[in-house]
Amino acid sequence: MPPAVHRPLSPHLQIYRPMLTMMMSIAHRLTGAALYFGSFLLVWWLTAAATGPDYFRFVQGIFSSWPGLVVLFLFSWALVHHFIGGMRHLIWDTGHGFDLPTVERMAQLNIAGSIVITIAIWVAAYLMRI
Amino acid sequence: MRFRSTLARVRGLGAARSGTEQWWQERVTAAASIPLTIFLIWLGGKVAGRSYAETIEILGHPLVAIGLIIALSNMFWHMKLGMQAIIEDYVHGGSRVWLLLANNFSVAVFWVAGIYAVIRLGLGAS
Repeated sequence: MPPAVHRPLSPHLQIYRPMLTMMMSIAHRLTGAALYFGSFLLVWWLTAAATGPDYFRFVQGIFSSWPGLVVLFLFSWALVHHFIGGMRHLIWDTGHGFDLPTVERMAQLNIAGSIVITIAIWVAAYLMRI
Repeated sequence: MRFRSTLARVRGLGAARSGTEQWWQERVTAAASIPLTIFLIWLGGKVAGRSYAETIEILGHPLVAIGLIIALSNMFWHMKLGMQAIIEDYVHGGSRVWLLLANNFSVAVFWVAGIYAVIRLGLGAS
């Protein structure tokens, strides 16, 4: 094998000044990867329900503990964030929304929307129980 | 000026002859995820804080069971493609093929487990 030649590389993450749109691109991937493992939790819960009352209560106890609720809250936030981010991508796929003000505005709406909608879902779920 | 033949344009494939399917399937499953995610969030709110008996009854409803089977199948395929893209982007060398296999296998195992659980609940077997 010939010796490695150190050719110049294209600038990478640590060279660029962090920008909102770049962070949102990373966040879309990260939330997607997190949802990958989150969906395994959903299957675990479904399997517990199908197994029987004792095991279901055990799993339900884990999910309704404080650490469990934090994980579920972050799971739901990642889902909403990835949902809105995915719609951004679907809009771009049609060839629309590429001008910088629109891109910037969509990124801001994605963050704000994901937080507001996630809290709204939890409040609605809580109110339905009362 | 166009260099591609009419046949190539109809097939919609480039010089690699394949490779756009993954991109396209990611979009199709993403679009399908829009109503399915709303359904899952609705279901999550409905079962939150319920007892075992109430949960079993909700999950046993035919429309819920059918919705869950469609949602799990669609999202697991979307997940499999997404994780594959992440691995292909960042992992080079020998561990790549192992991670791609681990991705396929774990998605398959959890998908089957999820579908089995939903069918069991839908048929009221527990």
